[in-house]
Amino acid sequence: MIKWSLEGGGLWDSLSLTSLPGRMFCVYPSTKTYFPHFDLHHDSEQIRHHGKKVVGALGDAVRHLDNLSATLSELSNLHAYNLRVDPVNFKLLSHCFQVVLGVHLGREYTPQVHVAYDKFLAAVSAVLAEKYR
Amino acid sequence: MVNWTPDEKHYITSLWAKVNVEECGGEALARLLIVYPWTQRFFSAFGNLSSPTAIMGNPKVRAHGKKVLTSFGDAVKNLDNIKATYAKLSELHCNKLHVDPENFRLLGDILLIVLATRFAKEFTPACQAAWQKLASVVAHALAHQYH
Repeated sequence: MIKWSLEGGGLWDSLSLTSLPGRMFCVYPSTKTYFPHFDLHHDSEQIRHHGKKVVGALGDAVRHLDNLSATLSELSNLHAYNLRVDPVNFKLLSHCFQVVLGVHLGREYTPQVHVAYDKFLAAVSAVLAEKYR
Repeated sequence: MVNWTPDEKHYITSLWAKVNVEECGGEALARLLIVYPWTQRFFSAFGNLSSPTAIMGNPKVRAHGKKVLTSFGDAVKNLDNIKATYAKLSELHCNKLHVDPENFRLLGDILLIVLATRFAKEFTPACQAAWQKLASVVAHALAHQYH
């Protein structure tokens, strides 16, 4: 049983995180290899739209912390059988997510909130990769 | 030899000029010990590390964090010669301190998050990319003498 310290929970809905994929593409250009079909110009509509999807899924995950496997089951299938994103990229996205949280929350992104989110993102990443083999 | 664009050098040096080394260094080390508690294995002589509050208030953590970030500043001052700058420290971390180089990457990422909280809008994707590159080069240099 994973123990959750959910200090971060209440902050979730106020964040605008659609800039997340764009930041990841800028900081870790290798991640763009998964999006050859995208308009990857800075702040494209496609990138923002995708950012909304990713953030929406993470929001779902936050609301079902004790049931991540079931909540993310479809996405887990998608990543395992269809997208086959190398799991190292989940760490890269997670790190950028935390940077964005830091930018938006400043001092409110305390060490306690930081560790809660690091743990959460690691758990989500593990679920997304759990059907890989 | 690392290739730095003029923009990258600008992002690095202009942000560094505003960094409070004691505060940021202390906070970065404290966060490392809190977010990745297994890193406490290197600091058994530091006294009370029993809770986030204890870690944040621990004067040894603060002092050591300041020392580490001050050393990081050497990279900023010697962007064209980072490997040589850290040769001795690399030997020390391998032979005496026995630190897994993965920890350099962890601390580098934590430092970037601390910078994000302090510089917010200024920490744009391009700025982050430059700093990410610097952190990665420093980590690589610190691991370079490992055998």
